[in-house]
Amino acid sequence: MRWVKIGTLDDIPRRGARCVATPRGRIAVFRTNEDQVFATVDRCPHKGGPLSQGIVHGTSVTCPLHNLVISLETGRAQGADEGEIRTIPAKVDGDEVFIAAEAATSWAA
Amino acid sequence: MTPSEIAPAQSRSSPGTHEPQRLVIVGNGMAPGRMLEHLFERAPGRFQVTIFNAEPRVNYDRIMLSPVLSGEKEYEEIIIHGDGWYIKNGIVLYKGHKIVGIDREAKTVKSNHGVIARYDKLVIATGSQPFILPVPGNTLPGVLTYRDLDDVNAMLLAAQSTATAVVIGGGLLGLEAAAGLKARGMDVTVIHLMPTLMERQLDPAAGYLLQKAVEARGIKVITKAETKAIVGNGKVEGVELADGRIVPATLVVMAAGIRPNAAIAKEAELKVDRGIVVDDSMRSSDPDIFAIGECAEVSGHVYGLVAPLYEMARVAASRLAGDDAASFIHSDTPTKLKVTGIDLFSLGDFADGDDREEIVLRDASAGVYRRLILKDNRIIGTVLFGETADGAWFSDLKKRDVDISTMRDTLIFGQSYQGGPPLDPMAAVAALPDDAEICGCNGVCKGKITAAIASKKLTSLDDVRSHTKASASCGSCTGLVEQLLKLSLGDAYNPAAVQPICPCTTLGHDDVRRLIRAKRLKTIPQVMQELEWKSACGCAKCRPALNYYLVCEWPGDYADDYQSRFINERVHANIQKDGTYSIVPRIWGGVTSAAELRAIADVVDKFSIPTVKVTGGQRIDMLGVKKEDLPAVWEDLGKAGFVSGHAYAKGIRTVKTCVGSEWCRFGTQDSTRLGVRVERFMWGSWTPAKVKMGVSGCPRNCAEATCKDVGVICVESGYEIHFAGAAGLDIKGTEVLGLVKTEDEALEVIVALVQMYREQGRYLERIYKWAKRIGIDEIRRQILDDLDKRTAYYTRFIYSQQFAQVDPWSERVSGKDKHEFKPLAEVGLVQAAE
Repeated sequence: MRWVKIGTLDDIPRRGARCVATPRGRIAVFRTNEDQVFATVDRCPHKGGPLSQGIVHGTSVTCPLHNLVISLETGRAQGADEGEIRTIPAKVDGDEVFIAAEAATSWAA
Repeated sequence: MTPSEIAPAQSRSSPGTHEPQRLVIVGNGMAPGRMLEHLFERAPGRFQVTIFNAEPRVNYDRIMLSPVLSGEKEYEEIIIHGDGWYIKNGIVLYKGHKIVGIDREAKTVKSNHGVIARYDKLVIATGSQPFILPVPGNTLPGVLTYRDLDDVNAMLLAAQSTATAVVIGGGLLGLEAAAGLKARGMDVTVIHLMPTLMERQLDPAAGYLLQKAVEARGIKVITKAETKAIVGNGKVEGVELADGRIVPATLVVMAAGIRPNAAIAKEAELKVDRGIVVDDSMRSSDPDIFAIGECAEVSGHVYGLVAPLYEMARVAASRLAGDDAASFIHSDTPTKLKVTGIDLFSLGDFADGDDREEIVLRDASAGVYRRLILKDNRIIGTVLFGETADGAWFSDLKKRDVDISTMRDTLIFGQSYQGGPPLDPMAAVAALPDDAEICGCNGVCKGKITAAIASKKLTSLDDVRSHTKASASCGSCTGLVEQLLKLSLGDAYNPAAVQPICPCTTLGHDDVRRLIRAKRLKTIPQVMQELEWKSACGCAKCRPALNYYLVCEWPGDYADDYQSRFINERVHANIQKDGTYSIVPRIWGGVTSAAELRAIADVVDKFSIPTVKVTGGQRIDMLGVKKEDLPAVWEDLGKAGFVSGHAYAKGIRTVKTCVGSEWCRFGTQDSTRLGVRVERFMWGSWTPAKVKMGVSGCPRNCAEATCKDVGVICVESGYEIHFAGAAGLDIKGTEVLGLVKTEDEALEVIVALVQMYREQGRYLERIYKWAKRIGIDEIRRQILDDLDKRTAYYTRFIYSQQFAQVDPWSERVSGKDKHEFKPLAEVGLVQAAE
């Protein structure tokens, strides 16, 4: 897998997220309380809300529009809600953060 | 009207009954309060009651003073009988009147304010007085006792300004006082005459464990210490011990015991020994005079714990109601210490003796100690430390005088180990016999509770408390009562009283706030650790709530956790369905100008903002702003003098006004000026849910103030303050808080009201829901009637405002939270293809 560097761990607030702009749309990159990093498309499966703007807790994020809770590990809606988003491989090397390169070109296709 | 102007109510005669007799009560503590409850139930209308209370207040739960001292409860929460109860029962209550003489010939009593009341029956319930050590310096300023609410208030005042306290006396009261003062941030030392703490209730081993537990809370303990003098020049500076040591102190609390307060009875030549001597019908040497409570002495015993005092109350009420069979029987009462986190239980006799055997269990690492004292195979004493759940069971075995020989091997491990499946608390409660005592304070047994649940269809803890009194005093049996509810109702029992904040905790909003205050928790991780959160870092429900509670509780101290705020409050704009934002600049009181409107128009053009809309709160909303543009938009608006309108906040939103007396031919006051003033005073404050206000210049109410969270209707005579309206999911007209005369007072009342709501409202609970929960009368009492309370709320609001009134827009123009407004990276096709 080819990786593209998007920034450092310190750029993302703990229990927070940042966006990465791509020609295909936004990717949300999350950092948990334990410094794990996850990336998903920045669109809630429910009504397209920007998940990067939600509250991050455990390894989940709550969508700011209608409070769907999405697992960052699986991309699936939790609890009684249904829906799934695409997750994107992400990794931390040293203090640098990478996402899978092909995601930037192909995820939305 | 002052109390002394109230003439005792005329005897009312009702058809078919005798004229009511005159019952006068000296003292208004828990015992006479309980006696009256029984009496009104058993013989309604028989007595016209007059009470003289030396304390200027109603009947409150004295046992709960320690939680008030430590901050775990408020005075309002421990009131037993509010003013309404006295009115409903036709009682004349003289608050702040001390009885100075009893004329047994004329059958009258006289108060220090000169009120004379005739009685047919007199009940003396003057309680007890703290024992003041007869040492030099005991009258120095800074020496306090621990007896009533005034003492607690004096200690709280001292805790604010002084740093070191010495508590003389390591008994129940002294340790509770020490823990309370420590919780308020003082440096506390307990001085105790005997070798171990609470030696009257605990054996030396448990006393030692208790000392360790007390010391682990940061309280110093000096035992075998005799106080020789209290030293200081004009005020307390230290306590001198017999061995010459001086313990520095700026506050000394005497908690070295209590003495029955029998002076007035002695003067009236009633028989007095240690207390007022009464027989088992609670009658003194004068058959028309009863004595109950801590001032009474029955068969050589005087009492200080609530259970026997309530028993006295029951007996006296029965006798007054004409039941000649009721009589007082001595029984042992378990002792429990009300210090959060220290569990101890003591009952009966635990001295060593030749005819006695004991069973002891120690688990040092768990801090558990249990000792049973047996005589003839029966339990006569129990000491439990660290783990006290079996107290009720041991107590029951003792009461029923059960021969324990068959379960002797496992007795010490408690009820769960007596055969059957172990460690199921429900099974343990289910196994208790019907006459097992559940609530020691009020002497309520299991059968009475389960019968009440069944016959009265009770479904909540509060129901059980109001119908049976079980767990209504010290509250330590609350768990048992809840288990009984669960047993009786099965899955139908829904402990709604403690609806948890979210699945991350079992605690409700009120408990969490109380514990944040009591344990001085100052960060979200600390709250989650100390209150045993079930998830690693909370969820989107509890984190914003905790963040608000900490912001509100510790202004200036707490570092706001933006990652625990909803996006709108994190970026100070309102997210829209397409991920763009809307912004609303503050337009004070809805009054704007050409320059302001021009600046808005320029911004709209410059940033191609698609929609501009006038809001219901008299503001201008710009919708569809791209997130990246927000700081630049704010910069331009800031140059025109605009600050954030907080249209996104669980906080102070808008004050809507009409033009009032400045323009309107009907206006009675300058409503615009008041609205602008309120808004300038209060903006920036975070609240449990949004607060929208309105000020109308006359009752025609063009500002629609009567459906707001807080509203003002100006009238010729002043300002009518309204609150608790709603015009959203629910529609509700406001309640009238009251009329004030000046604009200054209107502002102060509004600010105090909002601060009370800030401190008590649950997160996301609007004012009208909070008011429904607390009661309009109670809010009116605290904000309008009690000037001290009002000032205190007002002062706390002002203090928190100095940290809150920072314009978040200009902060972000200056670079704060830059990461929020630009992408982390832009990945192009070329980059990705490399």
